[in-house]
Amino acid sequence: MKYDIVIGLEVHLQLNTKTKIFCGCSTTFGNSPNSQTCPVCLGFPGVLPVFNKGVLDLSLRSALALGCTVSKFIKFDRKNYFYPDLPKNFQISQYDLPLAKDGLLEIDVEDGSRKRIRIRRVHMEEDAGKLVHEKEASLVDFNRCGTPLLEIVSEPDINSPEEAYRYLTALKEILRYLEVSDCNMEEGSLRCDANISLKPKGSEELGTKAEVKNVNSFKAVRGALSYEVQRQEELLSNSERVVQETRLWDPDKEVTVSMRSKEEAHDYRYFPEPDLVPFVITDKTIQEVRSALPELPQAKRARFIKEIGLSEYDAGVITSEKEMADYFEGCIKLYDKPKVVANWLMGDFTAALKEKGLESISQCEMDPADFIGMLKMIDDGSISGKMAKSILAEAIQEGKAPKDLVSAKGLTQISDKPQLEDLVGKAMEENGEVVEEYRRGKKGAIAYLVGQVMQKTKGKANPKLVNEILRKKLEG
Amino acid sequence: MGIIKKKDVLYVASLARIKLADGQIEGFTGQLDSILDYIKQLDEVDTESVQPTSHVLPMVNVFRKDDVKPSLPQEKVLENAPGKEGYFFKVPKVIDGAEK
Repeated sequence: MKYDIVIGLEVHLQLNTKTKIFCGCSTTFGNSPNSQTCPVCLGFPGVLPVFNKGVLDLSLRSALALGCTVSKFIKFDRKNYFYPDLPKNFQISQYDLPLAKDGLLEIDVEDGSRKRIRIRRVHMEEDAGKLVHEKEASLVDFNRCGTPLLEIVSEPDINSPEEAYRYLTALKEILRYLEVSDCNMEEGSLRCDANISLKPKGSEELGTKAEVKNVNSFKAVRGALSYEVQRQEELLSNSERVVQETRLWDPDKEVTVSMRSKEEAHDYRYFPEPDLVPFVITDKTIQEVRSALPELPQAKRARFIKEIGLSEYDAGVITSEKEMADYFEGCIKLYDKPKVVANWLMGDFTAALKEKGLESISQCEMDPADFIGMLKMIDDGSISGKMAKSILAEAIQEGKAPKDLVSAKGLTQISDKPQLEDLVGKAMEENGEVVEEYRRGKKGAIAYLVGQVMQKTKGKANPKLVNEILRKKLEG
Repeated sequence: MGIIKKKDVLYVASLARIKLADGQIEGFTGQLDSILDYIKQLDEVDTESVQPTSHVLPMVNVFRKDDVKPSLPQEKVLENAPGKEGYFFKVPKVIDGAEK
């Protein structure tokens, strides 16, 4: 029997505010355990959480960019459960009045068409602490506890592991453009749980789903879901049942394993958080946030293709990171050859960034003016394209301006005509036989003479000009 | 007689991580029942046109600026911890979401 795959994704995003959602502790990653905690985030009795305005601002940006309808009236609720990473024994989250609902995210699917994935809801909540498991005990660090999270829940509109991968990629792209989060899955600033079930092809009724956790890269999401498709297909084909459960992805063995399930179902006993008053979001606020949204990747891509004339592929690569797209736009303001700029950025520039270990072009010290200066030096013949490649690599590696490297190394290509004519004349004098050979019809001999000039100038003569001058003198 | 059965009391106790002595269960069953009975009087009020209340204070939009405030010194944080290791709190081992 053939099956349809049904996937829904829950993404937890750490918002990059300076402080936690309900207290003034810093959210900086990687500091000494429990150095960023206070009575509020440690859950001491009698403390009062106060909502961070920055969290609402970033959350609103995200919800609106995802095309959601923002609620006019929202509140926070307590989600109760016992676990050592949660000092209050409840998590402050949003239950029945979330920040926003009914969004849309468009993805490119494998057949080249576009598909809309609906977003069910977007809500704000606090993160839990971090547990380190030792042999005999577990250790708790509450630095992360209270870090603001945005939970983005999709409808089960995703129909393959590849689509899930593309949904996450598209979501990350938008969120990075909005500058609301680092979206770094390895550091845990973006986390993803996936619900997956199979149903007979064309059937209306959904099958029993499994929830997959512990996936810490986009590729792992795709891998874990592919494994689940195979596992559930086998069960169903053998007339066995899929058990509703949480499964953990084991990245080493590339399988999902059943998480020992608790005997009782979760009973979170949500109720309104009495320590936080509700929040009213006005149309005016929504309008302000909406009009301050940056151009999003899809719109930028379309504009780069239509107005700047990039190919679909080039536009896709250049816009996949906002920093790169901004750099590109900075360049083409100074230089009217977008295709040339795109080729350099996607090729040698990206390679040099990687070589230096930089993740983003914004970390590179070379600004668009320096870079374009170098491209113009190629155009006016002061350096060759080949020289430019090594200059660029060194400039990025050393954090120097290309034009300084060129002059420091005396690399400037010799394009001065009288000087070259002089050199060509000398080379012809010294190699009378070769000149004779050429004039007798052995045209290939010119290469030797070019080589002589290059040798005299340590490779700095403009080869095109040397060729031209030589030809003129030999023919003349 | 009542709505609350013994198993309900045991369930609520387990959610709250409270251990009850056998003798206490009966007592709580009756008490919880009478509380529910008392609250039940509210059913008589017509609330058709009343908005659900989540908060009693007539206030909305209380914010704090995203400014960093000093945290507690680590020594202070861990002062009353029953178990610690370095600057970590130390707790009985937890695995796979189930407590051991």
